[in-house]
Amino acid sequence: MRTIVALRAGIFRPGQFNFLAIGLGFIFQTAFLSIRGHALGRCPLTNLFEVFIFVAWSVALIYMLVGPAYRLSLMGAFTAPLVVLLQGFALIAPIDIRHPVKLLANPWLEFHASISLVAYGAFALACIAGVMYLVQERQLKTHQLRSVFYHLPPLTDLFAAITRLLWWGFALYTLGLVSGFFVGQPLPYVQVVCASAVWLLYAAILQGRHLRRLAPKHVAVLCIIGFTAALTLLWGITFTAQMPSLP
Amino acid sequence: MNLFCVGLSHHTANVETRERFAGHTETDCILRAAGCAEALLLTTCNRVEVYGASEQRVSTDEIARCLVRTIDNEPEEYAQPFYRYEDTRCVQHLFRVASGLDSMVVGESEILGQVKKAYESARASGAAGSCLHRLFQRAFRVAKQVRTHTDITRGSVSVGSVAVDLAQRIFGQLGNCKVLVLGAGETSERTARSLISRGVTDLRVSNRSSDRAEALARLVGGQAVRFDEWPEQCHEIDILITSTSSETPLLTPENLSAVLRNRVDRPLFIIDIAVPRDVDPSVNEMEGVYLYDIDSLQSVAEQSLALRRQQIAAAEAIIAKHIADFGESISRKLNCEVRSAKQPVLRETPLRASEL
Repeated sequence: MRTIVALRAGIFRPGQFNFLAIGLGFIFQTAFLSIRGHALGRCPLTNLFEVFIFVAWSVALIYMLVGPAYRLSLMGAFTAPLVVLLQGFALIAPIDIRHPVKLLANPWLEFHASISLVAYGAFALACIAGVMYLVQERQLKTHQLRSVFYHLPPLTDLFAAITRLLWWGFALYTLGLVSGFFVGQPLPYVQVVCASAVWLLYAAILQGRHLRRLAPKHVAVLCIIGFTAALTLLWGITFTAQMPSLP
Repeated sequence: MNLFCVGLSHHTANVETRERFAGHTETDCILRAAGCAEALLLTTCNRVEVYGASEQRVSTDEIARCLVRTIDNEPEEYAQPFYRYEDTRCVQHLFRVASGLDSMVVGESEILGQVKKAYESARASGAAGSCLHRLFQRAFRVAKQVRTHTDITRGSVSVGSVAVDLAQRIFGQLGNCKVLVLGAGETSERTARSLISRGVTDLRVSNRSSDRAEALARLVGGQAVRFDEWPEQCHEIDILITSTSSETPLLTPENLSAVLRNRVDRPLFIIDIAVPRDVDPSVNEMEGVYLYDIDSLQSVAEQSLALRRQQIAAAEAIIAKHIADFGESISRKLNCEVRSAKQPVLRETPLRASEL
């Protein structure tokens, strides 16, 4: 909100505020997940509420890891609303349903679930960079340059960041997917299909990028579609199954 | 002591009048002889102003006479085009001038350098004393703060700099960009020079007359390309500047689509400054192509200027804060000086807070 107000007033100056604000939120999220994990005696990924909090935590984590490294101005301002949205949904929707039986700890299952959700964090950041790319691209195409234009990163820097984030997300997601075969119990068929669909979608985006078949704008659009689809599938799977494992 | 500013600017006088009162090397001395304890002459292409401090009021007419370059027979008209600001209004005016709010192009930064130069010159000649020293040091602080905390200098307002600014918004660092200049006109030369000044090293020039292409290439440190070879260059380049005198568009979606097929992940920035245009406007609708003709560059410049104008209120707020603070700090300093010098009354000090 502070950034939007400053941009509208034309007094925005790049600084550490967004990073520190998200960092503070990240500390609270970590504390919450830690307390919840201690109470459950396992990784807190037993229902949709915890899954959404974990995704929000992953988004903040990836932002804090890549934000300073990629030096993408305004990325924090674009990341914060997504974190608020994910967390707000988790807090408002009646989805914090306790599992009827206490779930036993399974390190492989917990690793599979948590690493997959961290991959979601990377996909979320790629989606955010995609939104930033489209905002900047639209202004350049229409020749209508607003105050935000002068603060957003250059197109080529944004595209490089999208590509890197996609690769990171894809690698982590592949790791999560592979680790799912070691959980020692059969995974529901729907989950396997959905998880494979998300993997194939991102594999196709990266292949298109690698072979130079997709224009940067299309990659940006697909990042947004991909993350929205992945999040919807995640919600659908967890909501319908209300079970501990994840795609 | 009175603090005052007498001057004329592009707001109040035309260039002939400004020329007539542009002052000369002896102006500082003449002003001091006229009764100014301290005096500073600021002359730019848009303004001629005298900032001064005096015990007795020095009339505007008298100052105008000090500034006039050639004596004529109409002395009664001397003071007519001049404005005069005293005390607080003088402080406010200087802060506005130094911050670029009073400039023809709002937010231009050249004026600050000119004010600094004028101040240095007055300091060196001994014409500016402690009163003007404090005033101008504060003005520099205000100008810096205005530029840092508002978007008053944001965006480019000339066609050449807009093109370079846009290139940086697309490619970031321009060091790795390849540029092709098509047509060796004056505007394309200026734009090419601007790009070089921002780090472009690979610049190619193509023109119908190869002599002119080679001459321009030599001038800007680029490389000449035969005119029939320029379409092939489009596969490699990132920025194309066109300004040929061709009657029909050289670049259309049809002949560009073949080029774009091999460079799908690299944007192409086209600056078409030719009239009639060298590039079909529908090229802008192609994926990854950003086409700016002379009108769109002009429109971006105007948008930047409008953005700058929106910042005036924020800049004025900073200035208002400094005017109040400047009055207080001057008062405090002068009180200290008065006490240490055991001078009896504050009103005899050079600059009273109440005067600000």
